[in-house]
Amino acid sequence: MINELLKMNGYGLYVWSAFSFTFLSFSTLYMITKFQYVKERNKFVSKFGALDSKRAEVARSQTINREILSSNQSI
Amino acid sequence: MFKFSEPNKIFLITSKAPKYVAALFVVVISIGLLEALIFSPEDYKQSHSVRIMYVHVPAAWISLGIFSSITFLSLNGYIFKNKNFFLIAKSLAPSGFVFNIVALVTGSIWGKPTWGTWWAWDARITSMLILALFYLMYLVAWRIYEDKEHVLKITTTITILGIINVPIIKYSVDWWNTLHQPASINVLSKSSIHSSMLFPLLIMTAAFALFSLLIFLMKYNTELIKIKNKGLDRL
Repeated sequence: MINELLKMNGYGLYVWSAFSFTFLSFSTLYMITKFQYVKERNKFVSKFGALDSKRAEVARSQTINREILSSNQSI
Repeated sequence: MFKFSEPNKIFLITSKAPKYVAALFVVVISIGLLEALIFSPEDYKQSHSVRIMYVHVPAAWISLGIFSSITFLSLNGYIFKNKNFFLIAKSLAPSGFVFNIVALVTGSIWGKPTWGTWWAWDARITSMLILALFYLMYLVAWRIYEDKEHVLKITTTITILGIINVPIIKYSVDWWNTLHQPASINVLSKSSIHSSMLFPLLIMTAAFALFSLLIFLMKYNTELIKIKNKGLDRL
């Protein structure tokens, strides 16, 4: 059964390489996008931390800034 | 009119959505893979190599759909002077490009056992390659041009020129003699594909669409945070 699934009448190499390439591309794209997100979010958190209390209060008054600080995209 | 397209409001949804989209993607792709690799029948002519269709066709459909959306959004961004449309278009492009590459590579892998060659300068394949070049130009333009007004003009021009190629891709198999087979699925008339193959194809298309939505959401959130980073500098 497993052997049949892997070999696929001699077409296994083509089928599995097409599926592998697809999922390798997906994984790479996901990791790059995730890396860019984490980088920008960390930059935002550190910039926010460096603000003085008055400026931090102004920044915190914006909903989106509060949302970025609280968001933890765990995927 | 575009009150709901304001990034600040959208972020409240887009920041929470990725985890749900990812969970749904895992479920749908698992069903799709079982159907595509195990339960769907082999083709009477192409045998098991037909299974490559389940990644090749959805990737091609989605890359075409994304490029058309990017053009529509860029044009509307210009007409309605709404920069959020450009931001959405920019966030869609990476997944569109990757799907285009997947369609080309898996098509090439399918070509070897079916036509006996990895590549042919056939109308469908060549026009898909041209689409990949337009995607590349679009992505590179966003990277190299610093001036915002300039980059909006350049990227919109690229999409307008690129969209001319989309109907060429679609009808290339009808207009010219190509190695590539004609369309098996028609929205307006009866499809020539059997339901036992159509079902896994639609499931895989749904899974790929969910993946592109996931990447779009993550990229869009990144772009919004980038803007907010600049905003903090100005405080």
